[in-house]
Amino acid sequence: MKEFGYQRAADVSGALALLDADPDARFLGGGTNLVDLMKTGVERPGRLVDVRELPLDRIESTEDGGLRIGATVTNSDLAAHPDVRRNYPALTQAVLAGASGQLRNMATVGGNLLQRTRCGYFSDVSKPCNKRVPGSGCSAIEGEHHNHAILGASDHCVATHPSDMGVALTAFDAVVDYETVDGPGQLALTDFYLPVGDTPHRETALPPGALITGVTLPPAPVAANSRYRKVRERASYAFAIGSIAAALDVQDGVVRDVRLAFGAVASRPWRAHAAEQALTGGPVDAAAFAAAADAELAAARPLPHNGYKVTLMRNLVVAVLSELAEEAGR
Amino acid sequence: MTTTTTGTRPAQAVGTAHTRVEGPDKVTGAARYAGEIPFTELAHGWLVLSTITRGRIRSVEDAAVLEMPGVLTVLHHGNAPRVDTGYTGMMGMSPDPTIAVFQHDRVPHAGWPVALVVAETSEQAREAAEALVVHYEEEPHNVTFSGEHPDAYPAPGVGGPGVTEKGDLAAELAASAVVLDAEYTTPEEHHNPMEPHAATAHWDGGRLEVVDSNQGTLWVANELANLFSLDPASVRVRSEHVGGGFGSKGVRAHQVAAVMAATVLARPVRVVMTRRQMFSLAGYRSPTTQRVRLGADAEGRLRALEHDCLSLTSTVHEFVEAGAGPARVMYDAPAHRTANRLVRLDVPSPTFMRAPGEAPGSFALESAVDELAEKCGIDPIELRLRNEPAAGPVSGLPFSTRNLPACFREGARRFGWADRDPRPGVRRDGRWLLGTGTAAASFFVGAMPSTAAATAEADGTFTVRINASDIGTGARTALTLIAADALQVPTDRVRVRIGDSDFGPAMIAGGSMGTRSWAWAVTAAADALRERVALSDGIPPEGITVRSDTTDAVGALAQKERHSFGAQFAEVAVDVATGEVRVRRMLGIFAAGRIINPLTARGQLTGGMIWGISMALHEEAIRDEGTGALYGADLAGYHVATNADVPLIEADWVDDPDPDDPVGIKGIGEVGIVGVAAAIANAVWHATGVRHRSLPIRPDRVLTAGPHA
Amino acid sequence: MAPAPSSTYSAVTLNINGEKHTLTVDHRTTLLDALRERLDMTGTKKGCDQGQCGACTVLLDNRRAVACLQLAVAAEGREITTIEGVADGDQLHAVQQAFLDLDGYQCGYCTPGQICSAVAVIEEHAAGWPSAVTDDVRPEAGPPPLTAEEIRERMSGNLCRCGAYVSIVQAVARAAEADARARAVDGDRTADGSQAAKREGAAA
Repeated sequence: MKEFGYQRAADVSGALALLDADPDARFLGGGTNLVDLMKTGVERPGRLVDVRELPLDRIESTEDGGLRIGATVTNSDLAAHPDVRRNYPALTQAVLAGASGQLRNMATVGGNLLQRTRCGYFSDVSKPCNKRVPGSGCSAIEGEHHNHAILGASDHCVATHPSDMGVALTAFDAVVDYETVDGPGQLALTDFYLPVGDTPHRETALPPGALITGVTLPPAPVAANSRYRKVRERASYAFAIGSIAAALDVQDGVVRDVRLAFGAVASRPWRAHAAEQALTGGPVDAAAFAAAADAELAAARPLPHNGYKVTLMRNLVVAVLSELAEEAGR
Repeated sequence: MTTTTTGTRPAQAVGTAHTRVEGPDKVTGAARYAGEIPFTELAHGWLVLSTITRGRIRSVEDAAVLEMPGVLTVLHHGNAPRVDTGYTGMMGMSPDPTIAVFQHDRVPHAGWPVALVVAETSEQAREAAEALVVHYEEEPHNVTFSGEHPDAYPAPGVGGPGVTEKGDLAAELAASAVVLDAEYTTPEEHHNPMEPHAATAHWDGGRLEVVDSNQGTLWVANELANLFSLDPASVRVRSEHVGGGFGSKGVRAHQVAAVMAATVLARPVRVVMTRRQMFSLAGYRSPTTQRVRLGADAEGRLRALEHDCLSLTSTVHEFVEAGAGPARVMYDAPAHRTANRLVRLDVPSPTFMRAPGEAPGSFALESAVDELAEKCGIDPIELRLRNEPAAGPVSGLPFSTRNLPACFREGARRFGWADRDPRPGVRRDGRWLLGTGTAAASFFVGAMPSTAAATAEADGTFTVRINASDIGTGARTALTLIAADALQVPTDRVRVRIGDSDFGPAMIAGGSMGTRSWAWAVTAAADALRERVALSDGIPPEGITVRSDTTDAVGALAQKERHSFGAQFAEVAVDVATGEVRVRRMLGIFAAGRIINPLTARGQLTGGMIWGISMALHEEAIRDEGTGALYGADLAGYHVATNADVPLIEADWVDDPDPDDPVGIKGIGEVGIVGVAAAIANAVWHATGVRHRSLPIRPDRVLTAGPHA
Repeated sequence: MAPAPSSTYSAVTLNINGEKHTLTVDHRTTLLDALRERLDMTGTKKGCDQGQCGACTVLLDNRRAVACLQLAVAAEGREITTIEGVADGDQLHAVQQAFLDLDGYQCGYCTPGQICSAVAVIEEHAAGWPSAVTDDVRPEAGPPPLTAEEIRERMSGNLCRCGAYVSIVQAVARAAEADARARAVDGDRTADGSQAAKREGAAA
């Protein structure tokens, strides 16, 4: 880890100015990913602008019945918030499925969205990786990739996005609010992450120097009947090999509204639009759920050792929608 | 739960639950481990490891790094002190050349130590180590381990000869009513003690002092004396508290590098491995490919048994993962063949890891026995009981005790085995398929010569000094109970001091032989002291000290098959839609000698069983064939069981004192892991009808396993 | 020996276990290394230095956190509690006593982190926080009972390689029960001061 300057920002405009003044500066939130990457040499900033104490730590109801979540709200506070638990239970479940109690107390909402892949080639500076060193090659495609992407990847990178929280936010149409020195902006989370293509090192559509200030969740009655299921290689404290955020609203035996997003299968939390379209207005049964999963997973391009993820995601769609259907019927 | 007796009558301490004597220090953070002892003028060393897997170091560009803030020196093959590796160390083995750091320009594996950067602070050392540019000439490497290696060779090890055989295997297999022929694999596994390897070396008045985290201080001291051509008496190594070892904490690069730097700089130098470095420098358990062939008559009696285990080692050191070892103890047959074979690859040297040989070997053998029982239509416990050998299948020697049947009977009763429906795939709880499985466990029992000193102090207390290591086993507490009983005093009048090479020769914490070996020496010293004190007129101010040496007594032990045994039971739940496997409960019943401290012994046994869960379901180091290095070499990439992976586990024991040990001890550090992976794999079969012959049983493997895996 | 404050060093005052410590830190210095290498408070352990084991768990503003990913310079202004500050003088905290009595450890290296984590788990549960194994996370469902399954999940950020998990769960459960009883008494006091005062009088 090289030496670096450190400043604690008092307000958003101050934080933006500090970052703007130094092209080698990075924002520091909870530090749970950035400090780790600095230790492994993946990140080598010359200056940290500490934004953890910015007054962005509130969760407030919006006028239309949604929620605005400040960027420095910790994962723990987000998961524990009564309105989140009541209106978006899958979001609480997703956050609680991530990391550990210690890390959730430190990690912030803004930082969670910006965390980097846990691909083992990315985090090992002795190995080639296009995301870390553009043009150096992707070691995973020919190497170890049993937990890599099946959707939306490219010949340049097959890494997955590690967030659990982001999967639930994606399902619920979250919008990212940010500020730049030129003023505020918004990005739908589905547009927030860039396609991989031949630029896997460019991960988000945030303008340079932008600071995430919060995430807005629109009202979503369907989200009250929602669930997050995560499959991983041990029971806790591990990244997903496949996860799903799902919400289901059934009326008169027909799917009125449905939300589906997948985790650990793509370079971003994967909103399953094709599956949602296939389900909406259709019957509520396992065959329909499986057909919808197949519609989404038709685009899957598995590698030799991660084809199981297609089966896994299909099974998760059927299992979780079936559970939600049963609960909706009660 | 503390049951320290404070009355005047001597306690019968052995056999009663006693909290750890160092427990208050451990729960308050007062216990200091190797990297935590303060030194003035301490400098921090940071190892630099090779980024290539095979080749030569062309140059180490140290000039720029030496200009960096706080950097004191950069040691590498061009300037490091020379060491001598031409000696025979402990257990008659020559040292792993990996410990002779910075002696030449060859790189035999990824993560080979190429330099040590020493700086005033750890932050400076780390950055300088990362900044150090090393140029290499890279050569092609081969790290691919599979069942097919034309140049594999049979290799003897501490577990015995490379090959044992008797009878006509082909003929007996041909004549068998039921034959099983299956291949099993286990992956590369890493010890990962929670405390990383750490050593601080300094010269103190012509004496080399090393504060280190290891499993045997005199072992490390003697190796350092040999390496640096020093008088053994001029080297002192201390290890008061050790944060786990499991076989990995012997002589390693960090101690040698620390001594070099302390010598060059003439000030204390601390070298601590990072967690990632441990994956290259601390040893590991070799992957194995094992083939088991069993032939039995219609009643399940074995006619033929073959167990072949292939493991790997580095190109610079031979270490055998003797997976065929359990077959030499557990089951006999008219035709009986075992082989431990090795292949050399461009990988780091493997080493002893909790139940070396037995842990992977029992997975294959005890899975195969379960498969045979299925084929024979016989209950797997009954099949094992029908194949209990009268004597060592290979040695022909009598068993000291073999209470395996008692373990199975007691375990079956408590686990509810009699109610088990043997059919696979017929029990369900919601999304989970349920199954139960069992397996046998065994582990070698031995004692090694040790010395101890017991002192009657003038204040009426007693001090026992023995160079034991407590790496979490509870040895310090167990020896306190043993000494108290031998001295016929309450435990609170006995102080046991350990972990100091100046205390003289003693067994290391290894091979499940530590506590037995030390207890023998402590008992001998205490017995002799009690007699001396009885004959004396009071205790002089300097106390009365008596020393013991068990070399002759241990050497006089009759040749026998000496082993701990156990019966493992597991219930698992499998979601075949997601591939998740959860262990719902486990029970282990052991015949493992006299139990000194039930409180800590239970932890040793359940801890071993948890290692078995971890081995069965989680642990796997993935070697990347392209780079030759590990993929994801950290605790996020290498999964050990978390608390949530572990259900309520019970361990208990049957009465089984060793008849030839003064205290009746056998050893409990390793037998707990043996057989667990097989019991879980057998339970997964019972739940799903699918056999898993490759560990770990990961979700992707469950999802892709066909109905006849 | 750290040089004077500069662009890459800062003077900080850390509030640790109720005491203020002023020192100049390299910005790279984590809270973990500041404790262990600068302040000689070695009770907080370094197991992985990457947030992957929990051995360095401390409390920041009474919430558990890993000290290895917390820069020391960024910890200024926060209330830091380490294992050295958990006990009340010579009186062990209920969690420490339970770990000792039930043998909730072996080598002891993960133990300070386990204990700090357990202290926080009991607080988090008392505050009604759900966990990943809580069936119904909606606030209307009420706080989940602190079952063994809940304890296991909540303690999973602390790896124990010796495999002391069975007794760790028992120790946390025992300490949590004692804590719940104490809270019930406190609750009575708040509800009915006179009654609580009477009970104290009777006890005296």
